[in-house]
Amino acid sequence: MTNRILFIIMLVAGLTAPLFAYPVFVMDLLCFALFACAFNLLLGYAGLLSFGHAAFFGGAAYITGYVTKEWGFGPLLGILAGAAFAMVIGTVFGFLAIRRQGIYFAMVTLALAQIIYFLALQMPFTGGENGLQGIPRGQLFGLIDLNDSLAMYYFVFAIFLIGFGIIYRTINSPFGEVLQAIRENESRALSLGYDVDHFKLLAFVISATLAGLAGATKAIIFQFAALTNAHWQTSGEVILMTLVGGLGTVFGPVLGAITVGALNHELSAFGSWVQVILGTIFVVCVMVFRRGIIGELQRLVSRKSG
Amino acid sequence: MFKHWKQGLASAVAMATLAMPLTATAELSDGKLKIGVLSDMSGVYKALEGPGAVVAAKMAIEDFGGSVLGQPVEVISADHQNKPDIGASTAREWIDAEEVDMITALDNSSVALSVQGLANDKKVITMNTGAGTTALTEEQCTPYGIHYVYDTHALPVGTATAMVKNGGKSWFFITADYAFGHSLRDNTGAVVKSLGGEVVGNVNAPLSTNDFSSYLLQAQSSGADVIGLANAGQDTVNAIKQANQFRIVQSGQKLAGMLVFITDVHSMGLDIAQGLQFTTAFVWNQNDETRAWSERFHERHGAMPTMVHAGVYSAVTNYLKAVKETGTDDSDTVRAKLGEMTLNDMFVKNGSILPNGTMLHDMYLVEVKKPSESASEWDLLRVVSKIPAEQAFIPLSESKCSLVN
Amino acid sequence: MSMQVIMAQALLGLNVGVFYAMLSLGLAVIFGLLNIINFAHGAMYMLGAFIALIGYSLLEQWFGISLQIGFWASLLVAPLIVGILGVLIERLFLKRLYDLDHIYGLLLTFGFTLILQGLFANYFNVSGTPYPGQPESLSGVVNLGFMYFPTYRLFSIVFSLVVCFATWWVIEHTKLGSRLRAGVENPDLTQAFGMNVPLMVTLTFAFGAGLAGLAGVLAAPIYSVSPLMGADLIIVVFAVVVIGGMGSIMGAILSGLALGLVEGLTKVFYPPAASTVIFFLMVLVLLFRPAGLFGKEK
Repeated sequence: MTNRILFIIMLVAGLTAPLFAYPVFVMDLLCFALFACAFNLLLGYAGLLSFGHAAFFGGAAYITGYVTKEWGFGPLLGILAGAAFAMVIGTVFGFLAIRRQGIYFAMVTLALAQIIYFLALQMPFTGGENGLQGIPRGQLFGLIDLNDSLAMYYFVFAIFLIGFGIIYRTINSPFGEVLQAIRENESRALSLGYDVDHFKLLAFVISATLAGLAGATKAIIFQFAALTNAHWQTSGEVILMTLVGGLGTVFGPVLGAITVGALNHELSAFGSWVQVILGTIFVVCVMVFRRGIIGELQRLVSRKSG
Repeated sequence: MFKHWKQGLASAVAMATLAMPLTATAELSDGKLKIGVLSDMSGVYKALEGPGAVVAAKMAIEDFGGSVLGQPVEVISADHQNKPDIGASTAREWIDAEEVDMITALDNSSVALSVQGLANDKKVITMNTGAGTTALTEEQCTPYGIHYVYDTHALPVGTATAMVKNGGKSWFFITADYAFGHSLRDNTGAVVKSLGGEVVGNVNAPLSTNDFSSYLLQAQSSGADVIGLANAGQDTVNAIKQANQFRIVQSGQKLAGMLVFITDVHSMGLDIAQGLQFTTAFVWNQNDETRAWSERFHERHGAMPTMVHAGVYSAVTNYLKAVKETGTDDSDTVRAKLGEMTLNDMFVKNGSILPNGTMLHDMYLVEVKKPSESASEWDLLRVVSKIPAEQAFIPLSESKCSLVN
Repeated sequence: MSMQVIMAQALLGLNVGVFYAMLSLGLAVIFGLLNIINFAHGAMYMLGAFIALIGYSLLEQWFGISLQIGFWASLLVAPLIVGILGVLIERLFLKRLYDLDHIYGLLLTFGFTLILQGLFANYFNVSGTPYPGQPESLSGVVNLGFMYFPTYRLFSIVFSLVVCFATWWVIEHTKLGSRLRAGVENPDLTQAFGMNVPLMVTLTFAFGAGLAGLAGVLAAPIYSVSPLMGADLIIVVFAVVVIGGMGSIMGAILSGLALGLVEGLTKVFYPPAASTVIFFLMVLVLLFRPAGLFGKEK
């Protein structure tokens, strides 16, 4: 019931946002919201902390940029190509990383993501420090000109809803329940006969693909694929978004992405103080606010009704 | 440090308005002229442009009387962090939501190219004072992009020619690995080859490298006469200092800083930098006019101006003049006017802006003084020769710019 | 490819390797006792360098104290201050997280990394400030036959090696060390025998942090002091740790040194891969020996 109300609020806010806010900024938030939801699928539901999700987000952006700019792909096909790339490297990363657990898993994903970062820095087609510039927004289905800010906005919002829907379905499927069982008690899931590694890998791949979908969309919005998106700090930021909003809640990451994104934006003129503030929020969340905003709300609601 | 905080606060207030409805800001913004200074405020190029560029722009506006056509002139500034995506998205917001009329500074070629491209889509003038790459006025030229102070064609004309003539025939490059470094390396290599020299090797070092030792050792083992530093700012300073630590110059090789600023010489110290020759557009103590302005700048900024700081002052002044004379801030009209004007101020003599955006002006080959020759803290450079504008910049007849040929 | 070039790059690689070794040693000691990966280890390394810089040139300007802390004093003062910070972080924060999943420790220290990095980035140039306090006695150059090598760099290599092996010796051969190892292997039992394990945990964390601070002081004259110096390094050190495995102190030291050398030699043979070679090695190790070269599966 709460979820339905929250969903309607999100839908209405998303549909009307361009009326009262700078559309490019809201599109940016939507990309990060999708990114955080994808990340939450892994950490919140499978209990796996990836510190390398920027590789999928940033890597997909480069592929999308390249195929739309050099091969003349349309925006939709370009974004799908980016997400497909994220799926492929997600499979490789997942295969390697699930060999280790807990903290090691985090370190391994971080180090693997660093390979993608350096490749993005050094491969000729990415433009290195220059970034991949001048990515065309193009025409959707050859009909709708995405250079129009509103058309672009609703296109992005549609992608966000689709990605969000996939995650919602995954969580509430039998597959999602097994994941949560593994998170709660891995050895019990194992003794029940589940191929735990297989489930973990699948969760990793879905999460990576959707993170890629978000990064690919961002490349089309800003007509730019850049190193920042593949940097480890972006991996850290998506963790923070998920944590602030509420780990393992459906809407938490969305709210977290909006909170952190708005903070980043409003405080950008303060230079590095933004980092200090984000770091402090991190510490506060870990120490006393581990449920996040939505998690705390849910607790209040259930306490009232219970 | 508190100064920074306040600056930050001021622009934060400005940025905060972004979140408000677009319709509300639209009326306001037409009522004033807004100039954006987008620069590296925290990194490798901070000293050579950065906060000093904001000071220079404000000085230009104050000297102009603070307003034009009865409207106040405002400055807005931000840090692009040497990241082209951050530069482009900042510029996008400035133009969309702040109605910025002209963007200047833009040190860092990657940032410059992305912002100039974006500004072209939105029909906003950019007056680039900080970036080097010739692509700004050649392959990627735009009707609204102006390249004001120097470019990677002008730099080697003086420096490389002088080095080759003094016997530096074979070159090895240490290159900043992005648009600017590549462009500077290629253009310098072309000059070296045209004079009968050769390029024996190259190594790319990431922007903002702290440890150049392994690159320097590669350069040393190449046996080249000259190690060409196709980088800038703190990268150049680090490379020269470390070359000194590893006794590279003492072992017989020469260093050629292809882009050096007076702030770099100041931070290296004359002991290390003496004898270094490089090309610049501005020497602060060249005459009474430059000295008077530079001392005013020094009072406010705490350091003498680089050519880029002086360039920002000149660019903003001439932009305001063009707005005043045409009576509008319409980009096409103002750009046309700038193309007709002959520019004369403390920075430039008889300068003109070509259709491809190059600001044509004389450059100078300078040499760093010996410690014994220096009379004061900032008395660091001696002018060796003047490089006439026609030699320094690519002639229109050879331009690859689509607006010209 | 001449032998001379290979030797020169190998020596530079070793110079980097000693810093990898000192940092991975500190990480390993902390991990051994607390089961926590200290993400802030890189920030503590940076902090050490900044304490040296501020102590040498900014005390008077900032605080009006006419006091200068020279390089030699910094080697003592900086690890001490960083160690005290370590005590505070452990006592006030980490301690409350021991009952939770260990990833919360990682996230907490990541938060501290952002705070420290952001604080210094506000006041210092992110591309580095040169450290002016290198002692006169170490400012020369040594002719090694195949190259001129700055005396200071040579000193930093020798000094770090001494610190690393001394740490190893203390842990392996003294009573204090054996208690420490006992605490790692069986904290409950150790406590039952009357040893104060929580105190040991705190001191170990402080020691690991201090080691990072010491490495920072040593690095300051070479790399110039930057708010991001630790961030760039720590991720490589994570890969070093994964390759070496967390099982042994010696493993952490040796893999740090070896991987520095590998990186240096890559610069001779295929420079573009120099920044990624360690990560690729990590992939290989994960495929064929998931617990790491020296590690045992925990």
